[in-house]
Amino acid sequence: MSFRAMGESATIKLYQPERGAIHIRTQKQSDTLAGWLFILPGIAGFGVLTIIPIILSLIISFTDWNFLDGLKGLRFIGLDNFIEMWSDKWFVDSLTNNLVFAAVTVPATIILSLLAAIGLNKGVYMKSPIRLMIFMPYVSNIVAISIVWGTLYNPTMGPINSFLRSVGIDNPPGWLASSTWALPAIMIMTIWANVGYNMIIYLAGLQGISKDLYEAAKIDGAGPMRSFFKITLPMLSPTTFFVMITSIIHSFQVFIAVFVMTKGGPGSSTTVLTYYSYRTGFDFYKMGYSSAMAWILFLIIFLITFLQWQGQKRWVHY
Amino acid sequence: MNDQVTGVRPAMLKLLLTVVLGAFGVAMVLPFLWMLSTSFKVPIDVFNYPIEWIPKNFNWNNYSRVWNGSQPFDLYYFNSVKVTIITVLGTVIICSAAAYGFARIQFKGRDAVFFIFLATLMIPDQVTLVPRFIIFNYLGIYDTHAALILPGMFTAFGVFLLRQFYVGIPEDFSEAAKIEGAGHFQTWIRIIVPLSKPSLVSLVILSFTWNWNEFVNPLVFLASKELYTIPLGLTNFIDESGTDYTLMMAAAVSSILPVILLFLACQKWFIEGVVSSGVKG
Repeated sequence: MSFRAMGESATIKLYQPERGAIHIRTQKQSDTLAGWLFILPGIAGFGVLTIIPIILSLIISFTDWNFLDGLKGLRFIGLDNFIEMWSDKWFVDSLTNNLVFAAVTVPATIILSLLAAIGLNKGVYMKSPIRLMIFMPYVSNIVAISIVWGTLYNPTMGPINSFLRSVGIDNPPGWLASSTWALPAIMIMTIWANVGYNMIIYLAGLQGISKDLYEAAKIDGAGPMRSFFKITLPMLSPTTFFVMITSIIHSFQVFIAVFVMTKGGPGSSTTVLTYYSYRTGFDFYKMGYSSAMAWILFLIIFLITFLQWQGQKRWVHY
Repeated sequence: MNDQVTGVRPAMLKLLLTVVLGAFGVAMVLPFLWMLSTSFKVPIDVFNYPIEWIPKNFNWNNYSRVWNGSQPFDLYYFNSVKVTIITVLGTVIICSAAAYGFARIQFKGRDAVFFIFLATLMIPDQVTLVPRFIIFNYLGIYDTHAALILPGMFTAFGVFLLRQFYVGIPEDFSEAAKIEGAGHFQTWIRIIVPLSKPSLVSLVILSFTWNWNEFVNPLVFLASKELYTIPLGLTNFIDESGTDYTLMMAAAVSSILPVILLFLACQKWFIEGVVSSGVKG
């Protein structure tokens, strides 16, 4: 037990002679050195690949800069990028698509993954294979997945529309070829791809709920519905909070599906901020405008996360 | 009598739930099954309806056409394997060391640095994409595999995952090592790392999957085709092969197969990794 206090100089100093105190101080110093050495490789990479880029990005966002002109083409224009974007149809459409995308995919993913987790947790036969099947899309690469879904969505011959026609829907959606249906098509695929991951997190959350609570509720005469709303949901609220925040962040970062399946089209119907920012930077070489849009993306994510954090007191029970 | 009733009803419920969730599970894998069956079809049969889950005209040819076609698939594979393995090794060493520092050593500035680590997790990759492109250009690693390996190795996520686990290892173990005269380095290598095998394996598997599937970094930081990894090579392949869906599906299967096999072999670790990264992290 007394060894534990070795690092805490204050308590020991009282009982130790002078030499002991010095020994402890050097121990502390060597701990500081060792600590920094251990985190150094991580910090170095983090600094060069995250911190410096963040600062540079902020600076670049206040400039008008065509990368091809080199550094001499860098021109500071203050807030112009941030003002200009609001009258840019492509930016406004991207932002709108992002918001619609989040508003649909986040709740749908949460509800589906919660239901699947509760079902699996209640006890089913072949639990493990079912869990694997639902989780499988998460590990597969989105490029391949987007190619498969792109073919499934084929408006004239695709299996999805063949199925819809066979059940009596004469004019099935045009999916990726239609400006109305392209975004929903990508949303459906995204929900499909993310349910498994969130289901696993919910399963872990469910396993943390004590069985005693349900026993007590049963004795008090609560039915399954009542236990679900009075025990399961409140006890899962920290998990739901986590799933919600990460899902929102991820939904604002959707990129690969758009890049592979639609290139943002038809028209601007599936353009999202990540895609438009990428195009602006790496196809049109407008690095300043591209960075400014990336910062707007960050501010939106930050704002939503912040509001959630503030709001959690009302519904999250720890 | 009463017991019998309560015994039968849960069994019925369990069966019903199995059917419902089983159907959901099957629906989830249908796209994969369709991909697999189409990869063995002849082009004219691709869109036959009702769907031919087992192709009538079985065609093995697509795979040899993918692998011996215009795109060097074997080279993409080699690149992916190389980049992924080096990145995973680096990730494990760097993250484990940093996690040890954050979890097991008390030192000045630690909590402040850790907080900055945490805060940057919210910043989307897109924010740093343009500056990283410029920095890589400046460092001379644009259009090299180092441009994929470095960003893959320094992952704040991995540090969190391991830190959470290291914090939970009882202090007594380190104290015992200290009495034996071991320094922090020894304690890390001989005590903490062996004790944290489960979380290390989780990190290896998750990191392998993410790096195998990584798309944006290769897209932005690679120009030479001979450096492409699988996901980028796949888009290149699709652009060239046009509308031969059987070929596209054979390529898609080829790109997914290694991770699916890894996943099936190590599902326990996978799930553990997701859980510890999510709930506790």
